[in-house]
Amino acid sequence: MLSERGSFMKGMVLGGVFCLVLSLLGSFSPITESKTEDHHHHHVKAASKDELQQLSESRLQELNNQLQISCVIMVQPKNLVYWAAALDTWTKHCDKAEFYTSESSKALEAIDLNEKDDWARLHKALKHAYENAGNIRWFFVAQPSTFAIIENLKYLVLTKNPEQPFYLGKTVKSGELEYVEFNGGIVLSYEALKRLVNVFQDEDKCPERQSALWKLSEDKQLAVCLKFTGVFAENGEDVHGKGLFNSRSVDNLISESMDQNPNNVVKGCCSDMAITFSSMSPNQMQVMMFGVYRLRPYGHDFQDILTFYPPKGSDND
Amino acid sequence: MRPKDLMFTIGLMTGFFTLHLLLNSIVPMEQVSVSVRNGNHRLNGHNAYTEPSKRNNSAGNSPTSARILCWIMTGPKNLESRTKHVKATWGKHCHKVLYMSSVKTDFPTVELNVSEGRENLYWKTIKALQYIHQHHLDGANWFLKADDDTYVVVENLKYILSKFDPEKPLYMGRRFKPFISQGYMSGGAGYVLSKEALRRFVRGFHTGECTHFSTIEDMALGKCMETMKVEPVDTRDMKGRQTFHPYPLDHYVIRQQRRPRPWNMIYDYYTPIEGPNCCSDLVVSFHYIYAVQQYVLEYLTYHLRPYGYIYRFRPDESVEADNKTNRGA
Repeated sequence: MLSERGSFMKGMVLGGVFCLVLSLLGSFSPITESKTEDHHHHHVKAASKDELQQLSESRLQELNNQLQISCVIMVQPKNLVYWAAALDTWTKHCDKAEFYTSESSKALEAIDLNEKDDWARLHKALKHAYENAGNIRWFFVAQPSTFAIIENLKYLVLTKNPEQPFYLGKTVKSGELEYVEFNGGIVLSYEALKRLVNVFQDEDKCPERQSALWKLSEDKQLAVCLKFTGVFAENGEDVHGKGLFNSRSVDNLISESMDQNPNNVVKGCCSDMAITFSSMSPNQMQVMMFGVYRLRPYGHDFQDILTFYPPKGSDND
Repeated sequence: MRPKDLMFTIGLMTGFFTLHLLLNSIVPMEQVSVSVRNGNHRLNGHNAYTEPSKRNNSAGNSPTSARILCWIMTGPKNLESRTKHVKATWGKHCHKVLYMSSVKTDFPTVELNVSEGRENLYWKTIKALQYIHQHHLDGANWFLKADDDTYVVVENLKYILSKFDPEKPLYMGRRFKPFISQGYMSGGAGYVLSKEALRRFVRGFHTGECTHFSTIEDMALGKCMETMKVEPVDTRDMKGRQTFHPYPLDHYVIRQQRRPRPWNMIYDYYTPIEGPNCCSDLVVSFHYIYAVQQYVLEYLTYHLRPYGYIYRFRPDESVEADNKTNRGA
């Protein structure tokens, strides 16, 4: 009897240990990988306050230091005032800001792609950005009438692994194709851009020049090419599920909210952590710089886990 | 199988499944507590200043925290199109808010025995201040006048007022030069009277030292202030940037070539600045702000923000962000 009890106990202990070992092995993953969504999941959110608090001080510092955004801004001389506004406002907060133009302008400097076709131009710009990435692992592509808050973009992607293919923004469905609207800004991780540049070599899947008969807008064409490489569009959202990337202006969105949520206009509108607004006039962009980076009520401390300092040599933020 | 081995096998399975169940019941609990904390985070999140009553003495070192009574100059035809939006936005941040009209309604509005119309504006002001003096003098120590198309960041006004004594005769706003030698405060940008200033205004009309000598409300009130020896205050921030504005932000902050004073700054007492240095970060007011713009300003002031950003202008600290190491372009 006693020896049977003993065997039972030994068995139980061994069984328990075995189970423990198995589950530890099963759940073990570094935090960045566990934050990588199943890329068919379609919604991407920033790490929560708790998740960030679980990271060690040094790990947080490491992530913060490595996190750099390369801004790719597609300009044309015909919208010179927007180009100038972008230069003087939000792009100052990018770690690297590169302007790509359709043709050169005497007024402002940019990388002249000498290309009138919208998709071909984007194609060339992205290739150039990839080849000149250096240590930068995140890319933000925008048009000059878009206003972006780079700090909020950093907050969104901080714990995301750029070696994973991320293609983020405001997603829209067109038939079977889900794509990121260009107007709201397009975010690409290094891996996504790498795959894109590789598929550029395949003229069947991803032609540099579209046939005249069947032209897709460049943001749709981008989605088609990325889809071939297994990269899918995902919607950037805040903790409440509100979109962070907006293809319309603040005024427009507030106006709509006044119709739809007359008793809760501001909260029913846009995220506190919004990353982009679009269709902003140059004057509206200067107003936004003040409204975002300066205007605030005295006496509130957020105790954010990250810190970002203002850029050197700038006076409007 | 021998009984010993059987017992061992049974033990193995028991141990395995027991621990399996145990682990499965712990993990969901963790998930639950994380989402609960996330839920709390959602609630407390960035909303500390949408519930001003919960915040104490944020306005600084003064022992008496500023209690501001806001009175809004309005009328029946503006309640739906303008005043409603003031009530839904910044009106809530005042210690007390009164909507002054010619007609009493359930808005609620206070009835001043005065008809509507530009020529009656100063009569409305006189009646309003007399009303406040009679019914609300003890309820506040500062009295802000605003229009139904003014937007005010009440916390920033509190911050300025906390440095002053409401028992002194003081008068704040956007100071204008013409007509009155000590200047007067723009009506549209909103102006503030200290408790003592309000007492003196009312006394002035009682004794006849102040009269309804003009229909230009803000200028006429400025004259009464001068007569009653109420001091105008310079409300610019420590960098010389304005806090009260008689026009919307885009009339000031857009970069311009150096040029002679534009029309909208002709009256300014202090030399106005165009471009980013026009306006203080801790701005108090803007004027000609209608419906949509009221909510836009509310969103930009109290909601939209750059995560983790260290503001350049930090009036409570001696060293500013410029001097620190920074990242970025």
